Amino acid sequence: MSPGNADVRDLPALPDAEAALAELAARMAPAVAHDAAFVGIYSGGAWVAERLAKMLPGDHPVGFIDVAFYRDDYKRSGLKANTRRTELPFDVEGATIVLVDDVLFTGRSVRAAINELFDFGRPDAIELAVLVDRGGRELPIEPTYTGASLAVARDLSIVLSRDADGRLALAIEPATAV
Amino acid sequence: MISRNPQLNAEGKLTHLLTLEGLPASVITDILDTAHPFVSVGEREVKKVPLLRGKAIFNLFFENSTRTRTTFEIAAKRLSADVINLNIGASSTSKGETLLDTVDNLVAMNADMFVVRHSQSGAAHLIASHLAATGRPHVHVVNAGDGRHAHPSQGLLDLYTIRHYKRDFRALSVAIVGDVLHSRVARSLIHGLATLGTPDIRVIGPATILPTGIEALGVRRFHDMRAGLAGCDVVVMLRLQSERMRGALLPSTGEFFKHYGLTAEKLALANPDAIVMHPGPMNRGVEIDSPVADGARSVILPQVTFGIAVRMAVMSIIAGN
Repeated sequence: MSPGNADVRDLPALPDAEAALAELAARMAPAVAHDAAFVGIYSGGAWVAERLAKMLPGDHPVGFIDVAFYRDDYKRSGLKANTRRTELPFDVEGATIVLVDDVLFTGRSVRAAINELFDFGRPDAIELAVLVDRGGRELPIEPTYTGASLAVARDLSIVLSRDADGRLALAIEPATAV
Repeated sequence: MISRNPQLNAEGKLTHLLTLEGLPASVITDILDTAHPFVSVGEREVKKVPLLRGKAIFNLFFENSTRTRTTFEIAAKRLSADVINLNIGASSTSKGETLLDTVDNLVAMNADMFVVRHSQSGAAHLIASHLAATGRPHVHVVNAGDGRHAHPSQGLLDLYTIRHYKRDFRALSVAIVGDVLHSRVARSLIHGLATLGTPDIRVIGPATILPTGIEALGVRRFHDMRAGLAGCDVVVMLRLQSERMRGALLPSTGEFFKHYGLTAEKLALANPDAIVMHPGPMNRGVEIDSPVADGARSVILPQVTFGIAVRMAVMSIIAGN
C-alpha cells in the first residue's frame, strides 16, 4: 500500500480506539513476557501503556518517555515546549521492555525512544506495541504488536485523545508542522 | 517586523539570553518548564542527551567565577556540546585585542554560542548586536553576568528554585537581603519575580547598599531586617561584595552581621516554612550564620543542582530558535 498518495475522501473510517486497544491486548496476551516493562511514549503512548498494563496478565511496571531531547528534527524546529520528564521506575539494565505508542508513522519517535532507553542501561530486549500503524515508515522499524492498520495521506495526522472517564478516541486532523 | 527586544527573533522566540528585564512571562515559564525534565537527566547513569551534539560553545569569562563557569560547562557537556573555556586573562585581550575582534575570531572558528561574563554592563548585549549587525544571527549569546546589570541565568535558577518549593508566585512574599547595590543577581531576580506576578518583593539592607530608586521596580525597602523578614516565604541572602566596595559603605563585616546577618533567631520571624537561598559563594558569619546555611530550610545546594538544568534549558531553547 502507498499511504503517501492516499486521499482523505477514499479513507475507510478510523477504527474505534477502544476496539483497537482490545485487539492489541489480545495479540499481546499470549506473547508478552509476564514481567515485561511497558514504556509509553508521551502523550498518547503513555495512555495506551497504562491501559495495557491493567489489561494484560502479569506484573508490568509502567514507565513514560518523552523523546524531545533525542528527536532528529531539533535543528529544523527547535526544542518543543512542554517537554515532560522521562520516568522509568525500573532498572533498564537487563529488562524486557515493550515500547508503546499510539500511532506509528515514520518510525522517528521510536528511534529516538530506543536511543534514550539505552542511556539508562542495556535492556535484554525491546518490543514495540502500537495502537494504530498508519504506514509511511522512513526508518526500518516495525511493530511487534499492532491494534489496527490503515493507510493515511501524509498531510493528515491521526490524533489520540482521552476523555475524563479514561476512554480513548481517535480523530483525523490536518498535520501541523512539527 | 523587526523585534524590538534584542533577545527575541522575528517570531518572538528567544535567541539570546541577555536579561530578564522585559522578557515575557510566557518565555520565562517555558524555560522553567523545560528545565524540569533536565533535572532528571542529571540523575541518570548517562547524564547526557544528544541535543547540542557537534555545537561549539565558548565560555568567555572576562571576570572570575568558578561556580557559574563550571555549571555552564557541565550544562553544555550534558547537552553533548563541545565546550571551549577561554582563559581571557592569559589571552589576546591582554595583548590589546578588542572584545568584538575576539568574538569575530571565534566565529571564524565556527562558534555556535558564547557564554559571556564581563565586568562591563552591556558586554553580552554588545556582542549580540554585533552578531546581528554583521549577519550572523545563528550565533547565540548567553549573558553569564555583566557588571552590575544582569545575571539572567542565576535569576532563572532562583525562580526555578522558588517555584519548586513554593509552586505559585502570585501569593508570595520574597525578601532579598544585603548588598543589593552591587548585585546583578538581585536585579535579575526582581525583574523575574515581578514578571511572574509576585505581589510582595522586599529588599532589606542598610541605606548605603540599597540602590536609590529601587522602588520603581515595584519593591519595598526595609532598613530593619526584623520588620522586613516578618511573614515572608522566601529569604534570598546576597553575598557582601567587599571587592566591589569603594569607600566606607559599611562600618565592618561584624557590624553588618549583627544587623543583617541571617541567624536562626531572625529567620524565626519569617513564615515557618520559609526557604533560605543564597547564590554563592557564601560568606559564613558575614551575611549568613552557619546553622542557617546548613539548616533544614536552606535550599542553597539544590539551587546549584537546579542551576545546571536551567542552563541546559536556556542553551537548548536558544540554540534551537
